Amino acid sequence: MIHKYQLNGYNICLDVHSGAVHVLDDIAYDVLDYCSEDMQEKAPEKMLTELSEKYDREELEETYEALYELYTAGQLFSKDDYEQFADLMTKAPIKSMCINVSHDCNLRCEYCFAAKGDFGQGRCLMSLDTAKKAIDFIIANSGTRHNLEVDFFGGEPLMNFEVVKQTVEYARSIEKQHNKNFRFTITTNGLLLDDEKIDFINREMHNVVLSLDGRKEVNDKLRVTPNGKGCYDIIVPKYQKLVSKRGDKDYYIRGTFTTFSKDFTADVMHMKELGFEQLSIEPVVSDPKLDYSIKENDLPTVFKEYERLAKTLIEMRKKGEFFNFFHFMIDLDQGPCAIKRLRGCGCGNEYVAVTPQGDIYPCHQFVGEEQWKMGNLNDGTFNQDMKLRFAKANVYSKSNCRNCWAKFYCSGGCNANNFQYEGDILKSHKVGCELEKKRLECAIMIKAALADYNTEQSTDCDSGDCFAECC
Amino acid sequence: MKATKHIKTLNNANLKDSAAKGGCGECQASCQSACKTSCTVANQKCEK
Ligand code: SF4
Ligand code: SF4
Ligand code: SF4
Repeated sequence: MIHKYQLNGYNICLDVHSGAVHVLDDIAYDVLDYCSEDMQEKAPEKMLTELSEKYDREELEETYEALYELYTAGQLFSKDDYEQFADLMTKAPIKSMCINVSHDCNLRCEYCFAAKGDFGQGRCLMSLDTAKKAIDFIIANSGTRHNLEVDFFGGEPLMNFEVVKQTVEYARSIEKQHNKNFRFTITTNGLLLDDEKIDFINREMHNVVLSLDGRKEVNDKLRVTPNGKGCYDIIVPKYQKLVSKRGDKDYYIRGTFTTFSKDFTADVMHMKELGFEQLSIEPVVSDPKLDYSIKENDLPTVFKEYERLAKTLIEMRKKGEFFNFFHFMIDLDQGPCAIKRLRGCGCGNEYVAVTPQGDIYPCHQFVGEEQWKMGNLNDGTFNQDMKLRFAKANVYSKSNCRNCWAKFYCSGGCNANNFQYEGDILKSHKVGCELEKKRLECAIMIKAALADYNTEQSTDCDSGDCFAECC
Repeated sequence: MKATKHIKTLNNANLKDSAAKGGCGECQASCQSACKTSCTVANQKCEK
């Protein structure tokens, strides 16, 4: 299977099953239409005739030969022989956990998937006792996995900061004896950040996700306090302080775009102007009936905007200015193995979420959906059948994904969105898929453009995204 | 990167090799959703 497309003046062909990315000239792009899974050595007469008006015969033959060479090298129309690994894609210990330390929030963001912080279950905080049980649970269920990820989430986790602190302390005190290495992350809206919390986060958290939607008027339209005031002025200086003291540890500024902010390139640029470099803005996922949701008829505008953002990123890199847009980051060479890519997000199998009541759900997005409750930390229940069901929700069991060109980059999408909007965890959420595919097209195009630029600068380096001062 | 007159290939196509050696599961989970530490799987690091 291949995926060919034109973007920003580039003719691009992704060979899906090998992962090869080819940038073609116009003639090769046209000839490609006459190539298929069972390519023959001799150029097809049909192609030579049909393209004879546009190109010279000899050139057509030469181009076909070059494409055939890629075909024999397994880089064009390579075969899908991954099903033999289906077993590896299923059974797995639990290695990641989302601890909802707070089902309460000090903001009332319009689009919050957590029903403004309480997941529809009433406002409450997790006790230290339950948080410790969560740590014990992941250790006990992680088999031989060494690296364990724990994300403090909510609601707003800093509303229960003492428990966050003591949970980290507890996990650190027992990780060695169990041969584990905890990696903590926290996702915060920033309101409660102060010096103590900033220092704690910078010391203990492997990654920190700071929510901000971009420009003040965009952020303050939907990210509001209970009395209706925007939060931009409170949080931005705190984020700047946190990031300036963070060194080279991971963080990112994460925003949401809605139908009110389809010109989100401006928001990304605004974040950059505020001094942040690790940026992410993602489409709101919500019921299409809600006024702010991104609907199918918004897609053409959003696609154009992703293109605009991609071009902006290229221009800035050429000028030696740097920012990372999370969804355009792609590693064409050293990314994760194919098994990992096909296994999916891991929800309900490698990853679970726990609530203040100790309830266990497949992931943070399923929290509060009674039918998906997997068990409880206090009574020791855990539904292994449901775990297996999620384990099997990999790319090869999702009919749309199995034959999708994006499967190695998207991993089969979001089970929770599939369930919420399509009624079935195995049925891909259409708007989500279209957005994902567009982002990928842009990400690959950026690689092509930067490779081009590097060639023009005639450096020896072939890394598409390095603009180190040294070369 | 490999380039001929008509085609420039940007990477070493190695997905198939990676399958044979991979699957250890030590890497980060890869939630794809919009609300979280969401990470397009293709930009994740292999821990091996
Ligand atoms: S750590 Fe590397 S080899 Fe192991 S599953 Fe992840 S990507 Fe694959
Ligand atoms: S979720 Fe959608 S985009 Fe992703 S692999 Fe499946 S069909 Fe393709
Ligand atoms: S189901 Fe969706 S929200 Fe849950 S872990 Fe998977 S991608 Fe993330």
